[in-house]
Amino acid sequence: MSKTNKSSQVILTVFLAFLSILVVLPFVMLLSISLSNEEAIVKAGYSLIPRDFDLSAYKHIFKNPGQILQAYKVTAIFSFLCMGLSVVLMSMLAYPLSKKGFKGKKTISFYVYFTMLFSGGLVPSYILTTQYLHLDDTIWVYVLPALINPWYVFMIRTFFQDIPYEISESAFIDGAREFTIFFKIILPLSKPVLATVALFTFLGRWNDWNTSMLYINDESLISLQYLLQRIMEDINLIKNASANMVAINIGEMDIPSETVRMAMAVVVAGPALVIFPFFQKYFVKGLTVGSVKG
Amino acid sequence: MKLHMQKGGKAVKRKNYSPGSSWELYALCAIPLILIFIFSYLPMGGLIIAFKNYRYDLGIFGSDWAGLKNFKFFFESDAFFRITRNTLVMNGIFIVVGLVCALGLAILLFELKSRLSTKIFQTMLIVPNFISWVIAAYMVFAVLSPSNGFLNVILAKLGFPKIDWYSRPDAWPGILVIAYVWKSAGMDSIVYYAALMGIDNTLFEAADIDGATKWEKIRYVIIPAIVPLITILTILKIGNIFRADFGLFYQIPRNVGLLYSTTDVVDTYIFRTMRVTGNMGMSSAVGLLQSVVGFILVMITNYVSKKIDPETGLF
Repeated sequence: MSKTNKSSQVILTVFLAFLSILVVLPFVMLLSISLSNEEAIVKAGYSLIPRDFDLSAYKHIFKNPGQILQAYKVTAIFSFLCMGLSVVLMSMLAYPLSKKGFKGKKTISFYVYFTMLFSGGLVPSYILTTQYLHLDDTIWVYVLPALINPWYVFMIRTFFQDIPYEISESAFIDGAREFTIFFKIILPLSKPVLATVALFTFLGRWNDWNTSMLYINDESLISLQYLLQRIMEDINLIKNASANMVAINIGEMDIPSETVRMAMAVVVAGPALVIFPFFQKYFVKGLTVGSVKG
Repeated sequence: MKLHMQKGGKAVKRKNYSPGSSWELYALCAIPLILIFIFSYLPMGGLIIAFKNYRYDLGIFGSDWAGLKNFKFFFESDAFFRITRNTLVMNGIFIVVGLVCALGLAILLFELKSRLSTKIFQTMLIVPNFISWVIAAYMVFAVLSPSNGFLNVILAKLGFPKIDWYSRPDAWPGILVIAYVWKSAGMDSIVYYAALMGIDNTLFEAADIDGATKWEKIRYVIIPAIVPLITILTILKIGNIFRADFGLFYQIPRNVGLLYSTTDVVDTYIFRTMRVTGNMGMSSAVGLLQSVVGFILVMITNYVSKKIDPETGLF
């Protein structure tokens, strides 16, 4: 490492701190707007510090949380479902491809690989999914198309290939069959790569809004991010939701629309932001392996 | 037949562990392969829609052939030039600016002695990567909102008139680049950082002995060491230059029509043509073009990268 002196380290630290804070600033802004008083915001605009600290945006959300809770539920279900199924299925595909003598390995590998080079695109997929498979307005439209990702398949395969041959060999000698070797020996040894793929897949599903936009009309099946998108587009959504409240309708009650919007964003993004950085090292590992070994 | 020493030292002949034709392996990969067929290969077949006047009620096989009409229509439209230019230019800028920022960050972090600080900064820098473009769009809106936006508040305070950012197309290439870098530079820098950590320390020691300055070390030790990585990654990205990040280009500009001249890319155009105008044939044609051009590009860039360094390339 290069010789460093104290002052250059200090400058470096300050600069990097400045950048890091800048990067995180938009989040602070969302939070502060959500904690502000609606009138103050309308009068004076958004700011970094809450204007007239006010929890009414959150109170409003939690008074009528039906929509957001439902979206949370749906999103959690299909995210976990897809994550679990995906990891298992992709491993099942990667395992034979990692075996040296596997007949058809070249062909099947190419079959998988080609989908990374060329795709049918949006329209044929849309027609297939809606008109022929009838997956629209079901939860499966979030899960099935996203199950196999060639990039991750090869990542897993590379990992399998690095597992010492002797381990499988000695199991085979002891009479184990391929199924057993795969499930009882290879998979447990592959926890790192499986965890990484699981996380990436989960993150991908959790942040999905595309699918809802294209395939879902049923309000009870929309994903978290899509709910957020709709609210952004249509502030009336909030107003209507409140109007449906059987509870007190204070006539011309002002829906704190500006602050509520941002509060919803915080509620949606919050959990993910708290959880995901903890798994940072898995993402990092996955990135480096994936980019080096392609 | 291999010989295998069992416990007790007796040599025993046994069959090779040769899983070549084990039916179980085929059973394992069967379902995934079927899924790939359904969701990746069937749509490829569906591309013939590009050559048809698709009608919903007639389905794929009942609709009339349209020959190259859809393609002709597209090439003759205003949209063609606009979206091609936007897609290529924006992606090009992303590649260059993205590389500079990610690499720059990686080097800065690399030079930092305190491991704790490095970890803290890295965690902060990659946070934007975990949110969706929908949430990012909220943040951009918070900054750029014509009435309340943070930027406009400051402008007003300074005595300047407020700017309606969402009606000024020329501002958006810049805005989109900033959004792109904000979201991905942190994560991308991690890849380069890992590469930097992998550089042989003796190279640095030798540079020290030769009395090299910080900049010289960067130029003569670091850069040469990671040029292969940069090359592969950049080539991969060039291969995908015709594919835009739909989330970025759809959510951040909030699909405002006025901004299309600088924010409309191939992917947003295909989406709109399919959903808004319902013209399946045409959007399919553009999609086909995108896939074909993308495919050719990947092949070319892969070939080029192999020429430079046989170790690189995707296959």
